[in-house]
Amino acid sequence: MVGKIMSKQDGKYLIKGEKGNWEVIIGLEVHAQVTSNSKLFSGSSTKFGAEPNTQVSLVDSAFPGMLPVINEYCVRQAIKTGLGLNAKINHFSVFDRKNYFYADLPQGYQISQYKNPIVGEGNITLDLPEGIKNVGIERLHLEQDAGKSIHDIDPNNTYVDLNRSGVALMEIVSKPDLRSPNEVNAYIKKLRSIMRYLGTCDGNMQEGSLRADVNISVRKEGEKKLGTRCEIKNVNSIKFMQMAIAYESQRQVELLESGKSIDQETRLFDTKKNETRSMRSKEDAHDYRYFPDPDLLPLNLDKKLIEKIRKNLPELPDQKKERFIKNYALSSYEANVLVSEKEISDYFEEVAKTSDIKLTKNWIMGDLFASLNEKNISISQSPVTAKIMAQLINSISSGVISGRTAKDVFEIMKETGEEPNKIIESKGLQQKSDPKELERIIDKILNNNKDKVDQYKSGKDKLFGFFVGQVMKASEGKANPKLVNEILFKKLK
Amino acid sequence: MTELTKKSLTEITKLIKKKEIKSEELTESFIKNIEKDKRLNSFITKCSESALVKAKNFDKKPEFKNLLPGIPIAVKDLFCTSGVKTTAGSKMLENFIPNYESTITNNLWKEGAFLLGKLNCDEYAMGSSNETSYFGNVMNPIAENTVPGGSSGGSASALAADLTPVTIGTDTGGSIRQPASFTGTVGLKPTYGLCSRWGIVAFASSLDQAGPMTKSVEDCALMLEVMAGFDEKDSTSISKKKENYSKNLSDKVKGLKIGIPKEYRVEGMPKEIDKLWENGKKLLQESGAEIIDISLPNTKYALPTYYIVAPAEASSNLARYDGVKYGFRSNRGNNLLEMYENTRSEGFGDEVKRRILIGTYVLSSGYYDAYYLKAQKVRYLIKNDFDQAFKKVDALLTPSTPSSAFKIGEKKDDPISMYLNDIFTVPVNLAGIPAISIPAGTDSNNYPLGLQLIGKPLDEQKILNIAYAAEKKINFKLTLKKWWEK
Repeated sequence: MVGKIMSKQDGKYLIKGEKGNWEVIIGLEVHAQVTSNSKLFSGSSTKFGAEPNTQVSLVDSAFPGMLPVINEYCVRQAIKTGLGLNAKINHFSVFDRKNYFYADLPQGYQISQYKNPIVGEGNITLDLPEGIKNVGIERLHLEQDAGKSIHDIDPNNTYVDLNRSGVALMEIVSKPDLRSPNEVNAYIKKLRSIMRYLGTCDGNMQEGSLRADVNISVRKEGEKKLGTRCEIKNVNSIKFMQMAIAYESQRQVELLESGKSIDQETRLFDTKKNETRSMRSKEDAHDYRYFPDPDLLPLNLDKKLIEKIRKNLPELPDQKKERFIKNYALSSYEANVLVSEKEISDYFEEVAKTSDIKLTKNWIMGDLFASLNEKNISISQSPVTAKIMAQLINSISSGVISGRTAKDVFEIMKETGEEPNKIIESKGLQQKSDPKELERIIDKILNNNKDKVDQYKSGKDKLFGFFVGQVMKASEGKANPKLVNEILFKKLK
Repeated sequence: MTELTKKSLTEITKLIKKKEIKSEELTESFIKNIEKDKRLNSFITKCSESALVKAKNFDKKPEFKNLLPGIPIAVKDLFCTSGVKTTAGSKMLENFIPNYESTITNNLWKEGAFLLGKLNCDEYAMGSSNETSYFGNVMNPIAENTVPGGSSGGSASALAADLTPVTIGTDTGGSIRQPASFTGTVGLKPTYGLCSRWGIVAFASSLDQAGPMTKSVEDCALMLEVMAGFDEKDSTSISKKKENYSKNLSDKVKGLKIGIPKEYRVEGMPKEIDKLWENGKKLLQESGAEIIDISLPNTKYALPTYYIVAPAEASSNLARYDGVKYGFRSNRGNNLLEMYENTRSEGFGDEVKRRILIGTYVLSSGYYDAYYLKAQKVRYLIKNDFDQAFKKVDALLTPSTPSSAFKIGEKKDDPISMYLNDIFTVPVNLAGIPAISIPAGTDSNNYPLGLQLIGKPLDEQKILNIAYAAEKKINFKLTLKKWWEK
């Protein structure tokens, strides 16, 4: 494949073909695991990482005569998510059977929702560099996950782990409103953030709690009609989604420009070769023979239940962002960063409660984030808790240590989680703020550098910095810089 | 004194409670009969040893307050029984031993009964003559080489031949009432949702319902009382107060309105059945009931509707028998697909395959609207017919079946004529309402024939009462020649 040529015009992501510019149209079907202790239709645990086949009930393994019973908590989680997506909650929804054979699908069908999902249309607001963008949500429905087939234990046999079998998923389908890999990135991050705020999905992509099918088509710039789309199944990281989109859209442009047409088909993304491959064509597509599951009654949701959930919704990222801008005088960019994760926003607010706002945001977005990146940990795993971060910032504000020394103290804190007060105490890092002591040091330096004092007085202003440096050196960096400046300025007059 | 095994459940229970007989003695008499079952072939699994142990245990520490004190009961082999093979009449589950107990059988054991054995049935309850069972056909004790009906054929045969005092079956399109009619016994299909489906091998989930099969209406009321009840493990179970069907049983039918649906008079129906029906009307009238002619205009669509809905659900319900987790697995095949194909080809019988094919077809894309969706709409119309009728009458009286028991093999290769057997029973399943079949007479061969009483949803007490009144008037007695013991 030839190199990808893309152009950004007015922030628009376009593929430059030989015959003009092409727009990429993307829709996502995100599968989000519902945060719940037990499965959608059985009491089995959903904990990740257990020994294979230890979290499987007779229902999950589809023994004869077993019947599903809906887990009410999962239903409430879906409603909560729907409300977080500004979506319509359907008072009437139906569970259907999606029939197909596979070794890790014990029932021979997946219980899902087809014609009547629990949540209807909604939207998500994306904060993009080029401005705000609204992405439509088509629907959200509940369904059960399948088990896992393991092909690499034995060369001749496939092993099946049913721990995931029956785990509740929310399938969240977007409208074809996304136009670039960056928008997909922003969409997934925002969706994940909303669900984490709500506590309805932990968004852990490594553990498979969040996966997506990506629908892609291309059309000539300015064209209104949608092109034929391909669906790329089961992509489990944002990076892979972006790579898959880049590859697939280019492939489609090349096909169309060479006069061929796109086959509507399901494709797989090969992460090693960085390419998409045909999985099955439309003709080979499964006929899932959807029909309402006769073992389950339709879901009739009480208005009062929905209103109760709505009333108890937590503050969501968009609302929090507005409040941060208003209450803490943050820029839109700063607020965005600080609300992106609920844990970060909580951390920020806890530190800000007792500390200077400007120092708080700078320390969190600067040194703290750098240390998290460096160690590849989340803010809740950081040894530097909000409490000791506030202590550090307050010792700067009150002049106990300089901003420069604070950086050294932070280096110790990020490794040990020690309280900054104790570090400052034990290492004797307090600033020298006694004017008499500082005068003594300054006098000594001025005496030893009489020539330079003369030069300064005759107009060489730049030497002021030299004197400050000498004082800091003599005080082992502990002299209060503000005081040093004041005294020096007086003495050199 | 009549033989113990010929007595009704009510009589036996009284004897046990009065300490006139012991559970061991009772159980032994049934086991003696069961040992001569070979030609009837009504049992798939006999639990004689464990039943005797349980009988002795009961006698040591009898609990007389229970409704079924020390009563041995054999059940249709569609109910999962913990530690005892549960085959559903299929090769697929030939060696399947569940480690769980169905809610319904558990309800029996909680009232003091214990398991006597597992009774033959059509494979996955698909059949009207018990000829589709992997474990061979069952004979009707009324005459050699006649079918006992199906799918609860083994249950009906064992009950009529005095191999169990009562039994339980399941009824998806007539599988309790038709065999009851063929064997001169009583069978009731309760309102959908009254009896839990949990632990019963599923055929068609929206139609399946367990029910009692007994020698008398009184026994039937008692058994229903034990079986019925809300079960949180079955989402379609109805939450309601337990009823005392046996205590409230009454033969007073004065003033009740009984509807006679004209659509149940079908062409080619034997005159004897018509006569029996007339007789039923007459004796209920004599008892003070009012007979009213009514119409259920969509009756003719019930059978085709049933043969779309039931196979559709079955095709999906039976997908789990794939050789992966439990049950039969073919040892032929080099990959997953071949394993599936061979397992299901070898493990299922012809009738089951036929219904899976039909069900898969009617659900497939492009045909769904024309078949499955339309059938659902017609099903609603059929239910509406009954709703309208019950505005005018308390219950309906119809024949249970369009013929008496037929010969083994007679209809085996003609599925349509076999399916026609269910013509009077399927509308009730589609509507989810209760119905009882009671023996009402015999035909010229001296084969029994049944009458069916259909009630409003959850109105089991009323149809039991009417049946009770009719039973007294009819005073049906069947003498069996015990040819199978020779």
